[in-house]
Amino acid sequence: MHEFDWSSIPNALPFLWDGMKISLEITLSAVVFGIVWGTVLALMRLSSVAVLSWFAAAYVNLFRAVPLVMVLLWFFLIVPHLLERLFGLPPGSDVRLASAIAGFALFEAAYYSEIIRAGIQSVPKGQMAAASALGMTYGQSMRLVVLPQAFRNMVPLLLTQGIILFQDTSLVYVSALADFFGAAYKVGDRDGRLVELLLFAGAVYFIICFAASRLVRHFQNRMKTA
Amino acid sequence: MAYNWNWGVFLQPTATGDDTYLGWMFYGFKMTIALSLSAWLIALAVGAVVGILRTVPNKLLAGIATAYVEVFRNIPLLVQLFLWYFVMPELLPEQLGNAFKQTNPILQQFLASMVCLALFTSARVAEQVRSGINSLPPGQKNAGLAMGFTLAQTYRHVLLPMAVRLIVPPLTSEFLNIFKNSAVCSTIGLLELAAQGRQLVDYTAQPYESFIAVTLAYLTINVVVMFGMRWVEAHVRVPGYIGAK
Repeated sequence: MHEFDWSSIPNALPFLWDGMKISLEITLSAVVFGIVWGTVLALMRLSSVAVLSWFAAAYVNLFRAVPLVMVLLWFFLIVPHLLERLFGLPPGSDVRLASAIAGFALFEAAYYSEIIRAGIQSVPKGQMAAASALGMTYGQSMRLVVLPQAFRNMVPLLLTQGIILFQDTSLVYVSALADFFGAAYKVGDRDGRLVELLLFAGAVYFIICFAASRLVRHFQNRMKTA
Repeated sequence: MAYNWNWGVFLQPTATGDDTYLGWMFYGFKMTIALSLSAWLIALAVGAVVGILRTVPNKLLAGIATAYVEVFRNIPLLVQLFLWYFVMPELLPEQLGNAFKQTNPILQQFLASMVCLALFTSARVAEQVRSGINSLPPGQKNAGLAMGFTLAQTYRHVLLPMAVRLIVPPLTSEFLNIFKNSAVCSTIGLLELAAQGRQLVDYTAQPYESFIAVTLAYLTINVVVMFGMRWVEAHVRVPGYIGAK
C-alpha cells in the first residue's frame, strides 16, 4: 500500500492559489464572452434572414461536433502562429492565456446559444405580438420585453453550464498553462507526491462544483416558488 | 501569407518508415472507436443499475447511488483520468498494482481510459435512467404492485420497458459525448485520434492539413452516430407519447 505524505501541500498553497486564479479567470471571461456571443448566435439562428440563421446553425453544429480538446489544440498550436503572421507579432509571444480564453469562449458560445435559443422560444409569442402592437421595433421588443424574461428563466441552466465550463478549464493542461490542475500536477511531479496532489486536486474540484451546483438548485427552487 | 499546402503528406511514409501518415490517422481512429464503444457498453450497464437504485424506496441504496452520481459529475474528466491512471495503481493492494504496472503500457493506458470514460459517462446515463423512470405516471408502479407483482417484477415488467424507450433520445447525446470525451485520453499518451493529430503536426510540419483531417474525422463520427441513433429512435418511439420527449 502507498504511504501517504501530505507535507508538500501546505508550502505549495500559494502556487496552487495562483493556478486557481487562472482557472477562475478563464472561467469568468469565457462565461461572459460565451453568453454575449451565444446570445448573438441565438438571435441569428432565430432571425428570418436565411444567411444569418444558416451561419449560426453551421457554427453551433460544428463546435458541438468537435471535442473541446481538439478546439483547444487548434487554439494553442495553430491560431497563435496565424496571429503572429497576420499581425507581425514577434515569434513566441505568450498568447497562451488569451488563446485559451478565446478558444473556450468560442466553444462555449455554441452551447450557450442553444440554451438561450430555448429560453427565447419559451417566452410566449403573445409577448412579442403585444410589444409590436405597442409600436416597438423588433430590436426594442427583443431587448426590453423578450430577452429579460428569457434570461430570467435561463439563469439556472446558464449557471450549470458555467460549472461544467469550470471543470473543463482543467483541459488547458494540453497547453502547459499552469491553471489549478496544472499547478497541482507540477507540484506533485516535482516532489514525487503525484498521488497526494492529484487526490487533493480532485477533492478541491469536487467541493467547489458540488457546493456551486447545490447553490444553483437552491436558487432554482426559490425562483419556482417566487 | 505563405503556407505550403501539401495534402499529399498523408501518403508519405512516416519517420519510422513502417507506415504512412494516413495509416497513423487510421490507427488513432480505430483506437477512438474501440475505446468509446467499450466504455459506452460499461457505462450503459453501470448507469442503468445506478439510475434504477436512485428511484427505489430504500434510503440507503438511493443515497449510495446519489453519492456515486455526485462524485462522478463534480470532478473534471481530466482529473478523474489522472486519478485512474496515476493514483489507482498505487492504492490497489501491492500485487495487483504491480501486475497492472507490468502489463503492456498501451494496455495500461487503454484500460485506465476505458474505466474512466465508462464511469464518468455512467453517472450521466444514471441521471437519464432516473428521469426516465420518474417521468412515468406514478399509477403505473402502483398498478403493478396492486396486481401482486413484487417491486422487482414491477420494475422488470412495467416500468423499465417504458423507461428504456423514453430515454433513447437523451442517451443519443451522451453517446455522442463519449466519442468527444475520449479525446481527453490523449493526455495520458493513448494514441487515439487527437493524439495522432498532434503527432502528425510534430512529424510533418503540416499543421493545417493534420488538424483539418482530424477535425473532419470527428465530424464524420458525429454524423454517423447521429444518423444511426435517429434510426434507432424512430424504431423505439412510443406511439402516443408526444415526440417521446
